[in-house]
Amino acid sequence: MKRRDFLKATLGGTAALVGAGNVEARPNLEPATEAVGMLYDSTLCVGCKACVSKCKEVNDMPPVIENGENAWDSARDLSGDTLNVIKVYRDGAAAVKDAEIDGFAFEKRSCMHCVDPGCVSVCPVTAMRRNPKTGIVTHHAEACIGCRTCMVSCPYNVPQFQYNELFGQIHKCQMCNQAGVERIDKGQMTGCAEVCPTGATLFGSRKLLLEEAKRRTALKPGDSYNYPRGDISKPESYHEKEVPTYKPHVWGEKEAGGTNVMHISSVAFDKLGMPPLGERSAASIAESVQHSVYSFMALPALALAGLTYVVRRNTNDEDEGGDA
Amino acid sequence: MSGHQALGGRILTKPFMVLMVIWLIGSFFGVQRFFMDGMGAVSNLNGGYAWGIWVVYDVVVGTAFACGGYALAIAVYVFNKGRYHPLVRSAVLASLLGYAMGGFGAFFDMGRFWQFYEIFLPKNWNFNAVMLEVGLCVAIYIIVLFLEFAPAVLERLGMRNAQNTLNKVLFFLIALGVLLPTMHQSSLGSLLITMGHKIHPLWQTMHFQPLLALVTALIMGFSIVVFEASTSAVSFGRQPESSLLSGLSKAVIGLLSFFLLVRVVILLLQGKLGLIFAGDLGSLLFLFEMALFIIPLVILLSPARRSRGSQLLIAAVSMLFAGAMYRFNAFLITYDPGPGYSYFPSTPEIMITLSIIALELMIYLVLVKTLPVLHSEA
Repeated sequence: MKRRDFLKATLGGTAALVGAGNVEARPNLEPATEAVGMLYDSTLCVGCKACVSKCKEVNDMPPVIENGENAWDSARDLSGDTLNVIKVYRDGAAAVKDAEIDGFAFEKRSCMHCVDPGCVSVCPVTAMRRNPKTGIVTHHAEACIGCRTCMVSCPYNVPQFQYNELFGQIHKCQMCNQAGVERIDKGQMTGCAEVCPTGATLFGSRKLLLEEAKRRTALKPGDSYNYPRGDISKPESYHEKEVPTYKPHVWGEKEAGGTNVMHISSVAFDKLGMPPLGERSAASIAESVQHSVYSFMALPALALAGLTYVVRRNTNDEDEGGDA
Repeated sequence: MSGHQALGGRILTKPFMVLMVIWLIGSFFGVQRFFMDGMGAVSNLNGGYAWGIWVVYDVVVGTAFACGGYALAIAVYVFNKGRYHPLVRSAVLASLLGYAMGGFGAFFDMGRFWQFYEIFLPKNWNFNAVMLEVGLCVAIYIIVLFLEFAPAVLERLGMRNAQNTLNKVLFFLIALGVLLPTMHQSSLGSLLITMGHKIHPLWQTMHFQPLLALVTALIMGFSIVVFEASTSAVSFGRQPESSLLSGLSKAVIGLLSFFLLVRVVILLLQGKLGLIFAGDLGSLLFLFEMALFIIPLVILLSPARRSRGSQLLIAAVSMLFAGAMYRFNAFLITYDPGPGYSYFPSTPEIMITLSIIALELMIYLVLVKTLPVLHSEA
């Protein structure tokens, strides 16, 4: 073969390494077969933070005390010591609950347990894993090198590193099912759903919760609805309440491929601090690019073969020393 | 023998002592980071900004500055431009040091540094992860660069046999030295894809990230060769290599034009051209960055200008800043994790990065004075 052809093949291979997009793209992952999750109804939340406190108890983490105020927990955001937090939206006089103007609303921040989790996709050492059956995303510190790519790749800033410890680790909500806790495997529900007095945090299968969420957002404001508490498949109790004006939007049905923890609210989600997400997961795009280039290492191998040939020819052209 | 000579001369010069002081200050904070209080005590990294200057400067920008060896290898060995050969050895040394320092910076940033080896264990590998490709590929490339530079050490030690043996396989190492940076420099761009909406729309080009990252790596690689050759000519009082360097700059004209064209066409296709003139921080940074890419193009397009050493140097510096700005803007300055988070590097954090750069420069100075690195006639 002519040298020119080899040069072309090499350059082609090398160029394909960076630009190839003609291989079939990977679609978003589908929900796990028996996906479990939670439904957070912001309009039911009274901000008592019982869930924050119970979460600390289950995960054996200290409360965050601010200004000596020992009211359960004063954590303001997720951290290496806080896996679940209730945040507040305020506007103007902040007088009316669940009103966007001059009102306030609560918002729960904890791992959303994405259907197509970015953290799992980007972890070089497989320290983030999605359970194929339950869809629960767990962290396994024994393999983690602390590169924190999971943190920058999480749309919700959920994984948190313990910066203040010399030998810190990543922490995130593992839906109370990590080794040693295993509440879900034992047939229990998550700690936060168990203690929620109003059913604002409801536990159950993703399928049932999504149905419930769609039912609620379709209700007529002012009507009465019987809200369940605890586990949606076997509620501990119900309470009847007037239906608020829900936004017709179930957060987590489709966002970036969907989440197992879903939210509904009377206040728009961008006001509650949710990120601007489309329906396609970033993980699926990155993996499509990566796998079109690195499939079985075929392209790199081809490029290396071509490069080796060309370089060999060109080093032989030089004086016999061929020093570099 | 190979036409390369050790510069000789005193090691402990004044600039060297200044570098040593910077290195010592950084090392003090390094001790605090690794043996006393951990990362939080010396850095402003937080839950929203998990990556600061240690990743973005030391690794993302630093390794692009270290692409001189890569760029020259393509020119000399793939396109057979043998006349640039005299520049190769010093470029390889600069690349080796740059990449080694990138690895060093990554280690400072590694939250669980005591088990860094987990990334080398095949049982852990996640082939979906761009970071796996970056980590392994950079590690192998550092070894390849070390072997590519080894002839200079062996020559100094008079080990002719070892040198001959190495020369027999050198062509394969050089081929690897072209392939590996192509892989991981483009992957650095792919890292941005997974960061999704946190990346400003002007820099979040999705599928095009690897291409743009690779082109900036090449631009910065050629620029650093021009920059190093002209500054070392000035500071060591040697003949400037302008004729060689102006030839190289023709390659850069192509790369710059390609980058600017692709950058604008992507924004056009993605319907983001309006954002360029939005007047916010993102648009100003974008315009500034584009200016840094355009200035060297204007200089290099004129044959009269590009044959002058001083103009070449301005073009090279502008391109280095341009490439660095592109990466800084994308990864850090316009990076937005959402409400409630902010980041500016702390003094110890900056000192650690400066100390890593100082160490790199000190090693470079010692090696060009003691080993046959710089070419005598070029």
